Amino acid sequence: MLDAKIPEGPLDDKWEDYKGHVKLVNPSNKRRLEIIVIGSGLAGASAAASLGELGYKVKCFCFQDSPRRAHSIAAQGGINAAKNYQNDGDSVFRLFYDTVKGGDYRSREANVHRLAEVSAHIIDQCVAQGVPFAREYGGLLSNRSFGGTQVQRTFYAAGQTGQQLLIGAYQALERQIALGNVAMYTRHEMLELVMIDGKARGIIARNLISGELERHFGHAVLLCSGGYGNVFYLSTNAMGSNTTAIWKAHKKGAYFGNPCYTQIHPTCIPVTGEHQSKLTLMSESLRNDGRIWVPKKKGDNRKPNEIPAEERDYYLERRYPAYGNLVPRDVASRAAKERCDAGYGVGTSKQAVYLDFASAIERYGHVEASKRGLSNVDADTIITFGKEVIKEKYGNLFDMYEKITGENPYVVPMRIYPAVHYTMGGLWVDYELMTTIQGLYALGECNFSDHGANRLGASALMQGLADGYFVIPYTIGNYLANEIGTAVIPTSHPAFVDAEAAVKERLETLMNIKGNQTAESFHKRLGKIMWDKCGMARNAQGLQEAITEIQQLKKEFWSDLKISGAIKDFNPELDKAGRVADFIELGELICKDALQRAESCGGHFREESQTEEGEALRHDAEFMYVSAWEYVGDHKWELHKEELEYEVVKPTQRSYK
Amino acid sequence: MKWSYFFTSAIGKKIVMALTGLFLISFLIVHVGLNSCIFYDLRWFDPTDNGEMFNKAAHFMGSALVIRIMEIGLFLFIIVHIVQGYVLEAKNLSKRGQGYNVSLGNRGSKWYSRSMAILGTLIFLFLIMHISHFWVPSRITSNLQEVTYNKGTVKVHNLFLRMFEVFQNPIVVILYVLGCISLAYHLVHGFTSAFRTMGVYNKKYLAMLNSIGYGFSILVCTLFALMPISMYFHWVSPN
Amino acid sequence: MEHYTMNLTLKVWRQANNKSEGRFETYQVNGISSEMSFLEMFDILNERLVIEGKDPIAFDHDCREGICGMCSMHINGRPHGPWHATTTCQLHMRAFKDGDTIVVEPWRAVGFPVIKDLITDRSAFDRIVQAGGFISINTGNAVDGNSIPIEKAKADASFAAAACIACGACVAACKNASASLFLSAKIAHLGLLPQGQPERKDRVLSMIAQMDKEQFGSCTFTGACEAVCPKEISITNISRMNKDYLMAGLSSEK
Repeated sequence: MLDAKIPEGPLDDKWEDYKGHVKLVNPSNKRRLEIIVIGSGLAGASAAASLGELGYKVKCFCFQDSPRRAHSIAAQGGINAAKNYQNDGDSVFRLFYDTVKGGDYRSREANVHRLAEVSAHIIDQCVAQGVPFAREYGGLLSNRSFGGTQVQRTFYAAGQTGQQLLIGAYQALERQIALGNVAMYTRHEMLELVMIDGKARGIIARNLISGELERHFGHAVLLCSGGYGNVFYLSTNAMGSNTTAIWKAHKKGAYFGNPCYTQIHPTCIPVTGEHQSKLTLMSESLRNDGRIWVPKKKGDNRKPNEIPAEERDYYLERRYPAYGNLVPRDVASRAAKERCDAGYGVGTSKQAVYLDFASAIERYGHVEASKRGLSNVDADTIITFGKEVIKEKYGNLFDMYEKITGENPYVVPMRIYPAVHYTMGGLWVDYELMTTIQGLYALGECNFSDHGANRLGASALMQGLADGYFVIPYTIGNYLANEIGTAVIPTSHPAFVDAEAAVKERLETLMNIKGNQTAESFHKRLGKIMWDKCGMARNAQGLQEAITEIQQLKKEFWSDLKISGAIKDFNPELDKAGRVADFIELGELICKDALQRAESCGGHFREESQTEEGEALRHDAEFMYVSAWEYVGDHKWELHKEELEYEVVKPTQRSYK
Repeated sequence: MKWSYFFTSAIGKKIVMALTGLFLISFLIVHVGLNSCIFYDLRWFDPTDNGEMFNKAAHFMGSALVIRIMEIGLFLFIIVHIVQGYVLEAKNLSKRGQGYNVSLGNRGSKWYSRSMAILGTLIFLFLIMHISHFWVPSRITSNLQEVTYNKGTVKVHNLFLRMFEVFQNPIVVILYVLGCISLAYHLVHGFTSAFRTMGVYNKKYLAMLNSIGYGFSILVCTLFALMPISMYFHWVSPN
Repeated sequence: MEHYTMNLTLKVWRQANNKSEGRFETYQVNGISSEMSFLEMFDILNERLVIEGKDPIAFDHDCREGICGMCSMHINGRPHGPWHATTTCQLHMRAFKDGDTIVVEPWRAVGFPVIKDLITDRSAFDRIVQAGGFISINTGNAVDGNSIPIEKAKADASFAAAACIACGACVAACKNASASLFLSAKIAHLGLLPQGQPERKDRVLSMIAQMDKEQFGSCTFTGACEAVCPKEISITNISRMNKDYLMAGLSSEK
């Protein structure tokens, strides 16, 4: 049985109580303790900066050319915080409750409550760092709505909130680098975890420019390497986003929590063809003003503007009158898929639905006209006014849409379709964010902890920063307080030598396959299997097929891979091959987990388990636990369970009607 | 921050260019204003002036102590502007390293904005000719014909006549006009750029300065260019 | 939108590493769809090169949605290619027509040495930020976010400057290879906010000093940086920076 080390006491007091009793490390000891941070996104940069500020000696690694490039930068919509600045009834409890409910009652109460508690501090911290959040004319912070909530608690910076938050964390990190507290290793990739006496003690990293392998020691290792959505090949993740760091840790003994919980984001630009390398998200914030619809008639080939209002099916508003277009992501995605599968899809591929701003443009146009004291304004002027307002709110997203599709979304409704976006699963961690390996932590998207089976919009940024700024600085002390007697272990230690040799051997094996197929082509094939059989809807038969196909693909990969170039050189093909190899293994685990969890919950939808209305049907009696998979050998995993106990929230069938 | 660094950093070098440039611009106002006195001889004003107004004004400029001191400053500033200009250009050119096969060209900026050093060099060459035409004979060799005004009480160099003589050579006239054109383009960029360098960022003021800059460059350089032209065509002449 | 396919000639800069001499190589790519992104066209070419056993073209890219700032190609003489306010990854093949020849070069600047092919080392930007592009506040010291109201216009202007993605197109386009637009965007982002005031003077002085060390040129206001900036950062930020520099330099007591 897994021990999540959740503190005793009432839910409200757990975190305060924990902080009051946790072990501390005094400043002179901190200087002697070294910490390795993998990844420089919101979780990694905020953790590295905060730990550097505390006085630890930190080494931070990223594969990009600068820590500021991490994919947190692409988050568009916003960050939630229980500030209740809008006086609309928000509170820590409501944020906690919404997140647990949004996660379809598959998350750990204590973690989520802590997240809601620290959310307000995140906003304060970011404002103090100079993050230019949107403001009202009075000079105070502005909020907007996001899916799955009925209050306005989302803070934002136009459609570039992730960028602004990351720059804030990046600047804090660069400051620590300048002060000498953090050493930054860019264009480095972690390829192995080094363990000594059962504890994480360092990593083997590859310098991606020279191809040299490097050994780095740390008293603790923090993985902040992001999600693994690229296992589906096409996703909204960056091209370089990968699972390698957490996968290496997993194979060394860190359990993998809920791998099958994948978030499919409802509003992405549809696929146009075989050449497609990635998918682009259109922020959830668009659902504040955009209305989603398909024609009422099957196979209606008229242009969207030619279809009169009464012949449109605003299916989210029809099915979920209470939340309308702002239902959570999993619900919105499945509803889109349901319409398209039933033959109502639009566009050339018929795999798309409309996201229409016409009524918002008209509504804002009227507001604007009355603001300017104008009456009897003609319809064209109203529309011009309305477009100006929309442009101010979503201009960058509309521009991006137009660049990609060549269509003007101010005039023609956007075509959107769901795409893989976020992975709620990740390394299993306890309350202190420690994995099942002593001294190895996982923060941000790469852990499984806070979002259950579905993440609400604007919560990923919140979690990444909460983990990095406000959780790990406390919890890591509890471990490191016992490590003050551990001297720096020289990297000539046999464990480092062996780990490096293993990495070297693997790289050589990859290079020496000398087959005929590229890493990219394997990745595409893996993605297709995953999307077709383990995507928005899953069933036992498909998953079993997928497992077999992936095992076959793995064999083929290791016998027919072709990589050009050399090991000791800048070689993106080799980097990619290593990542694809890990994705293939992870893909198998995801399918196994999805197969084992014979219920629907959140982003995990098993066709065998649905209500009569086609909603996800949970089986709390059987599956009220976190699946934590232990790697025991090639294609073999052992399932461990962490039972979820709800003390405060009473799990019910989720309803957004 | 040390003064030496203040004036030699990436911005410091530009501040020197801007300050000296602005001083030279103010000099141009005086210069064009004074020399425009020759136009008093145009037939619409007083064709019998024959450069009297101009010669008197020029004499004042050459004799007042304050002006003479400022003249030293002027030369100093010209030299600083030129030397710093070349240093800046050389430094800037060295920052590219390997050049592009296809360059951005006019897609990102105006040709004259990119050619300040070349335009400056043309103006510099023009200046050498110009100084040797007028300033040297007037101040150094003092070999100019003299003329008396106010019933013989005032005796001054007849610079007007000197101008007339110089501008009878069509090649000189063409070189002067080209000099003025170079100056105009140099100023179109230099005027607003100087203010931007000195920290004017308000868009409203920048728009205003932009218009003034254009107007100033065109007006001043047209007036200058008209001087050799009107003398060559005898619109303005000593008789 | 009408789709079409095209055949193109690519002239791409190839350079094995920082030490070696580079040269242009010509590639023919056929059947390119107008719906592809520019980098997807490179993906296709690279797949072919790998299969042929040749070294694929190295280029920087990551998010492919125009925000990470990693992509950096000088396309037909313009950083990020022909489209206004667009990064290389967001450039789509609709911008070209059948039979076009496209010349692709890396950023050219002494401050951005070539690592391989089209990849340059832009770590100078990180070091410039290290010199002062931050607000010195440790985690946990913040007051309530609404305790300091900020004029909306200023917050918006600060945001507009903070939108910089540090791609380096400004340096690539500037005839002086000046990093002034990048630098000034950071200085404006922080200097426009009340939180940025305590360090405002030191920030501008030390960041400028670092820019000099990193071998970037001076700004001569040609405006090329602003014209190619994918995030439309305004050149007026540079004037703002100069003003801060003057104020800071004149009032410093050292």
